[in-house]
Amino acid sequence: MSTGFSLFVIVGTLGSLLVYALLLFMNRRVKNPGQTTGHEFDGISEYDNPLPAWWFWGFALSILFALGYLIWFPGLGNFQGIGGWTSYGQLEDQQAEADERYGPVFAQYRNVPVDELAKDPAAMRMGQRMFANNCAQCHGSAGTGSHGFPNLTDEEWLWGNSPEQIHATLSNGRQATMPAWGAMLNAIGIRNVTEYVIQLSGREPVADQAALGKVEFDRLCAVCHGADGKGQQLMGAPDLTNNIWLYGGSREEITETLLNGRNGRMPGFADRLDDNRLHILNAYVRSLSAAQ
Amino acid sequence: MQRIPAKEVIADDVDSKVFNLYEKREKIYTRHIEGFFQRVRLFTGWPLLLGYFLLPWINLDGRQAVLFDLPARKFHILWMTFWPQDFALLGWLLAIAAFALFFVTTLWGRVWCGYTCPQTVWTAIYMWAEQLAEGERLQRMKLDKQPSILSPKGWNRAGLEKTLRRLFKHGMWLGFAALTGFTFIGYFYGIRDLVMDAWHWQLPLMAMAWCIFFTLATYINAGWMREQVCIYMCPYARFQSAMFDRDTLVISYDAARGEQRGSRRRNSDYKAEGLGDCIDCTMCVQVCPTGIDIRNGLQYQCIGCAACVDACDDIMDKMGYARGLISYTTENKLAGGSWTWKRPKLIGYGAAMLVMATLFVIVLANRQQVSVEVMRDRASLFQQLSDGRIENAYQLRIINRDGMDHEFVVEVADLPGATLVPDRPVAVASGEIADLLLRVQISPENLQQANQNVMFRIVSVDSGRNGQPLRAEIENRFIAPASSVPANRNGSPAP
Repeated sequence: MSTGFSLFVIVGTLGSLLVYALLLFMNRRVKNPGQTTGHEFDGISEYDNPLPAWWFWGFALSILFALGYLIWFPGLGNFQGIGGWTSYGQLEDQQAEADERYGPVFAQYRNVPVDELAKDPAAMRMGQRMFANNCAQCHGSAGTGSHGFPNLTDEEWLWGNSPEQIHATLSNGRQATMPAWGAMLNAIGIRNVTEYVIQLSGREPVADQAALGKVEFDRLCAVCHGADGKGQQLMGAPDLTNNIWLYGGSREEITETLLNGRNGRMPGFADRLDDNRLHILNAYVRSLSAAQ
Repeated sequence: MQRIPAKEVIADDVDSKVFNLYEKREKIYTRHIEGFFQRVRLFTGWPLLLGYFLLPWINLDGRQAVLFDLPARKFHILWMTFWPQDFALLGWLLAIAAFALFFVTTLWGRVWCGYTCPQTVWTAIYMWAEQLAEGERLQRMKLDKQPSILSPKGWNRAGLEKTLRRLFKHGMWLGFAALTGFTFIGYFYGIRDLVMDAWHWQLPLMAMAWCIFFTLATYINAGWMREQVCIYMCPYARFQSAMFDRDTLVISYDAARGEQRGSRRRNSDYKAEGLGDCIDCTMCVQVCPTGIDIRNGLQYQCIGCAACVDACDDIMDKMGYARGLISYTTENKLAGGSWTWKRPKLIGYGAAMLVMATLFVIVLANRQQVSVEVMRDRASLFQQLSDGRIENAYQLRIINRDGMDHEFVVEVADLPGATLVPDRPVAVASGEIADLLLRVQISPENLQQANQNVMFRIVSVDSGRNGQPLRAEIENRFIAPASSVPANRNGSPAP
């Protein structure tokens, strides 16, 4: 907080404590104990008796406690307190404790190769739970994905399925960028390329349009998707010859993809999950498509 | 603003005495008595005591037969296991217990208090221990008056006996309290584990703390508080008057027969002197554990232990009079009438109790030992496979509450032509909740509509305890794109 506000808090807090203490001690002596104060409200009068000792000392102790507390803990504006307590620090302590307790559970699988790990039911249950916590929001609880989120159970791997490639995907995330071709191709061009892509995937195109589309494809698309349209894992460019569509395979959706491009982004999990956990997830993800 | 005139009102006929609502406790020295009803208490008290102490030691199916496993949220009672989902049954059971209590109270008065209540049973044992250590009533009164071992003048030899007797008594009290407390925790921790861990000083802090708590609570309740619990703490004493009627069995002093009370010479014609059967020996007051005089009539402190009945009958025998001056009787009978069961309250409570108990048994016997839940992912409606088939993904949660492991076959009804991935039976251990990721795939030709109801069924491969396979089912939906459904396409080709 700003210095001004910090000062405001300090003055207000310490000032209040001072006022309480003054009020308390100034009212210790009473003028006429056992008699009324002299005022009367609707026939109700008040005795002028001293504060009970236990009440008085309880209050005084609580003021002292408050002072001690404000010296040790943060509370007076920007003053951090001599105890050095922070909630982040408390979180770190708890995380360290958790790592100490649960770390070995994950570490025991570190040196098991992923293919072997995929057959370990206990490890795969751990993988399923981690998947549900971290991955299922996008990829679905069974890993089947949805529009724009890859289906991990099919046989296509956009970025490759070797253990190293999967590790890179999980750690660092992926950024897939397909440029928008609307500026380079006019409506006819887009239509032609759409028909060619339909033909590539094994469906029935409008023949002459597809032939024109092939020309544009070889010129513009093959550089990422390959001359045969089989895709390129280095770029994350999908295989266009299978019938697996990340963004939908209807003519409308392919047109949309070509017109405006696509921008697929997967976050990296290296800051949240350590290598031991990522190793188990690696095996789990591979097991999802092996389960077919 | 007008002042509202206030008038000070003091009733004329009330003297301004100060009423002190706090009544200082006077120690009761209960006289020991033997008799018919005290023997009845042996038959009601001992089975309950033995049941309480011995039940945790019985093992069944490899585990403790009666175990309330709080961390695992499983409550084992003999061959049955209850999960938190069965909590409604506990509510029913309590309702049945309540109606049974009201029924028995309307019928027989406070028989629960006098013969079966743990407070009475434990207090009786503690009183026996006190008698063993400190002697009979008069001896105890004398012992209390003796000075302590440390007087202001210094070491006092005579107080040694008092101290030793007291130590003996409190030692027995604490020992029995410890047994009680540890047994109670044994119902939750596992009595064998508890004894082993306690013996090896391996007991966790919380377990040890609870054992000590219940030990102290037993010691204080049965040793120090005794009748204070019955008089001040227990609500039963206070609402008994709501359930009693003129035909309820209560312990009563037959005033018509007993008054005028007074002492007399043996074999004298007391009736001619205007005296009744009561010789005012005050035995009925001396034996009362709550310290009341039953001759004053029905009081809320009377726990119905019938010590006064046994005492007075004893005296009547000695005097040669008929028994029953103090007896179990009803107000109607005392007034010269007879007992009847045709009372709306009694019939009502009895009927309610029977109906609820019957329903409870039926529900208990028909409990399903397996259940299934299904969850769809929120975001994804369907997925199109490369061969054109439509796929929906679900998370099935199979809960096996049975005592045995089972394998379950998963089926999808109302969706002909669908295939399941995985298609093999899933093993679920006893007490386990299994998460099954299920994918249902169907060719578009087989689709009837875009959004249709499907039923997930699980059937166990083997049969359960009653010879039938366990089954459960749950409904959900299968969603496909509208353009894939043949009925929607009206002849146009699939996209």
